[in-house]
Amino acid sequence: MSDLFVESVFFGVVLSLVAYEAGVQLKKRIDFILFNPLLLAIAITMVVLLACHVDYDTYYEGAKYLSYLLTPATVCLAIPLYEQMELLKGNWKAIVVGICTGVLTSLTSVLVFSVVAGLNHKQYVTMLPKSITTAIGMGVSEELGGYATITVAVIIITGLFGNMIAETICKVFRIEEPIAKGIAIGSSAHAMGTSKAMEMGEIEGAMSSLSIAVAGLLTVVGASLFSNFI
Amino acid sequence: MKYMKQFCLIMFISFLGEVLHHYLPLPIPSSIYGLVILFVGLMTGVVKLSHVEETGRFLIEIMPLMFIPAAVGLLESWGIIAPIWIPIIGITLITTVIVMIVSGKVTQFVIRLENQEEKSFEAKGVEANE
Repeated sequence: MSDLFVESVFFGVVLSLVAYEAGVQLKKRIDFILFNPLLLAIAITMVVLLACHVDYDTYYEGAKYLSYLLTPATVCLAIPLYEQMELLKGNWKAIVVGICTGVLTSLTSVLVFSVVAGLNHKQYVTMLPKSITTAIGMGVSEELGGYATITVAVIIITGLFGNMIAETICKVFRIEEPIAKGIAIGSSAHAMGTSKAMEMGEIEGAMSSLSIAVAGLLTVVGASLFSNFI
Repeated sequence: MKYMKQFCLIMFISFLGEVLHHYLPLPIPSSIYGLVILFVGLMTGVVKLSHVEETGRFLIEIMPLMFIPAAVGLLESWGIIAPIWIPIIGITLITTVIVMIVSGKVTQFVIRLENQEEKSFEAKGVEANE
């Protein structure tokens, strides 16, 4: 049977899609923070791979076509952004202040907790770009001399966690303005968070998309400054 | 033909993003260049919403699925994180919560501050007219 998996290019895609759909169905029945479709899809896929002794490379042979679509999909985030242009113009001060605060908070909090946890320079710069989109974050980590593979893992964990907690955080901390929700999600949890923001609403999605680009670029500059602190 | 043209344009813009990424010495990924190109295109009217809309929305809707393969890849990179996983995961989770709360609260504060100013400004305008 594992021969079939090795030969098949659709196995990885089908497994991911079915796992996501299972996640959506479970979420409908049990509304609990851990029943996040994305988390469940990842967990189910991992369990199936481990249980069937299929290695990651075999799975990825098919699943890479899903990753492949990430660039065109990110390009399309310009669509909601364009549609919310009026809102963006009317609230540009709040948006700029919000994203800058987000980036500064991210860098500062990573610095503080790295000191507390006693991380060395290499580990610290690995963590610095954790809240931004993978493609930029990986580059920043390499540039500063971090472990790029760990950075990618940390970015994914950040995005997944952000996706899971976004609705709860907004509710508990009474972040009610759709623009504020979008900025909060995009500047803390990049594109994986943004896919949740899109589900929450058009405005949330648009603002979250904007934050990915702006926070990503600000972090490039900010992280190189912050890298001197440990 | 609608979907074919839309998909073609989106892929073409993604390619343009790659071209910029290749030639410009900036740490900006192709996808972000592409996002900016499409945004500028829409703003200037070079690209009409109808040239990208349905296919674009489809891609955005299925976007969560595109993160699954990379995240499943954590299985592979776990070996590297394992020795220092407690501080790494701890810092990751705590800082994500902090950034979300602070940036959301600050944005909301500025929005509401500006709305208030607008209101009081309008109120003053009314008084002056009276």
